[in-house]
Amino acid sequence: MKARLIIFLNWFVLLGSTLLVCAVLGIILVDIFSKGMSSVTWEFISQPPAKGMTQGGILPAIIGTLWLTLITTLFAVPFGVACAIYLNEYAFPSILTNVIRASIRNLAGVPSIIYGLFGLALFVQAFRLGTSVLSAGLTLGLLSLPYIITTTEEALKRIPNSMREATLALGATQFETIKDVVLPSALPGILTGVILTLSRAAGETAPILFTGVAFYINGLTSSVNQEFMALPYHIYMLSTQHQSIEQVRPLAYGTSVVLIAMVFLLNLTAFYIRFKNRTQQ
Amino acid sequence: MNASKREAIDRLLKMVFRATGLVTIGLLGGIFFMLLFNSIAFFAKGNPIDFFTGSQWNPGSDAGNYSILPLLASTGFVALGSMMIAVPLGIFTATFLSELAPDTLRTILKPVIEMLAAIPSVAIGFLGIVLVGPAIARVFGIQNGLNALNGSILLAIMALPTIITISEDAISAVPKTYKEASLALGANKWATLFQVTLPAALPGLIAAVMLGLGRALGETMTVLMATGNAAALPKGFLDSIRTITATIAIEMGEVPYQTTHYFALFAIAVVLFIITLLINLLGEFFANRLRKFHA
Repeated sequence: MKARLIIFLNWFVLLGSTLLVCAVLGIILVDIFSKGMSSVTWEFISQPPAKGMTQGGILPAIIGTLWLTLITTLFAVPFGVACAIYLNEYAFPSILTNVIRASIRNLAGVPSIIYGLFGLALFVQAFRLGTSVLSAGLTLGLLSLPYIITTTEEALKRIPNSMREATLALGATQFETIKDVVLPSALPGILTGVILTLSRAAGETAPILFTGVAFYINGLTSSVNQEFMALPYHIYMLSTQHQSIEQVRPLAYGTSVVLIAMVFLLNLTAFYIRFKNRTQQ
Repeated sequence: MNASKREAIDRLLKMVFRATGLVTIGLLGGIFFMLLFNSIAFFAKGNPIDFFTGSQWNPGSDAGNYSILPLLASTGFVALGSMMIAVPLGIFTATFLSELAPDTLRTILKPVIEMLAAIPSVAIGFLGIVLVGPAIARVFGIQNGLNALNGSILLAIMALPTIITISEDAISAVPKTYKEASLALGANKWATLFQVTLPAALPGLIAAVMLGLGRALGETMTVLMATGNAAALPKGFLDSIRTITATIAIEMGEVPYQTTHYFALFAIAVVLFIITLLINLLGEFFANRLRKFHA
């Protein structure tokens, strides 16, 4: 009898914890989507805010987040992939290589607000880029680097050495081997990692706080040295700083729906690429 | 293209790739020295003793009180609270996923964890205001649910995916022979799980907790939105608090460039940086021990 009770308790605790974690996700999604979907209309995503943010849409925030993600991609992807190529294809085990790897792991643990301070000191002030979508995008790029390097290196590791050896034996240089054989075969894996990293960067708020985000801009962001609106910051401002918080709550819910939908769409794309690649192999 | 040109390109690109590797070291070093230089400017201007021993963070006052203690206490308090929720929940879930769940269930549950990790922190902070806050206020019969408890619950949600994923890897990595030996000696499934598998995975579990804690300490938006923003020493979980991260987020946007207040924000940032760095290094140390142990 006692043994049975213990088995029951074990199952209860372990299964219960798992169900609770699933329930948390369920509650988050159900709450946001059930209260936010009614705000998401075509006008909401195609119009700028109106009447002191109490009406209208979030088009400038959507455009701003797209700009930001584009700059992050252009900066962090070539850089991150190059670093992963160095680590996986060129570097021999040495103290230097270990230091590089340790730096990357620790960069991944640096709080995002500190990237914000670094972006402020480096891009906004030292490079004189001002508070702009360029400064913010570069800051997010730095934040994304360790993730892109790690996931790309994982993808490169999965390419069998026999492929490299065959290409080198045919007379290709090491760079040609990487460019024509290793990278194309690792592409789905790299792409998965890049998309997941970008979906994370798109939802970040802390690093863009001091580097260029604005609560309201007139018109749309049209060049890299302008300030910009962003979806995550818009949610933050609508839910904490607006004068009539209760009145704009539906807009905050609607913006959350758009942001989460965007992030999940990117995640689904990544899963699809991963799944397709696995079934092909 | 002739051979010498191809080789020249090869050599050139090798240098480019190596340079990007070196830049990552420069980046970590750059962040640290940027923080350090700006904090030295604070310690030269301000009052370094008061920074560590005082009890008030009040830049607006005439004297200008810059003590990190209330902020540090808030940061530690809310992170510790989140770990009290997330560690048992995360490790139990990881145990269930890796040892008990059938394969089909596991393939459904793993994406659930990944989706939880994908939700932006600002959305979780928003739910802290509209959902968790009112719930806390009702349960405890208080006016306002924006307090340390709220922050701890939200941070636990944010740390859970990290803790679950790494714990599950650690538990799955325990060699099958351990379990077989234990079962062969007559131990039942549960005794094997709790007395053999989990202890063997312990360094990995500690690494998971450390990385989750690092995440909770460095998180900004959720605590900024949901903890009520009161820069005072916390006395209980129903007190409003203000963490280091939230203080930087609120004040850096409004502070004039290169004033004592401006440099003070870098000084608290360098303390946060060092703490998270140590926590991450500690996590890495335990992760390496697990690797060596099973090698």
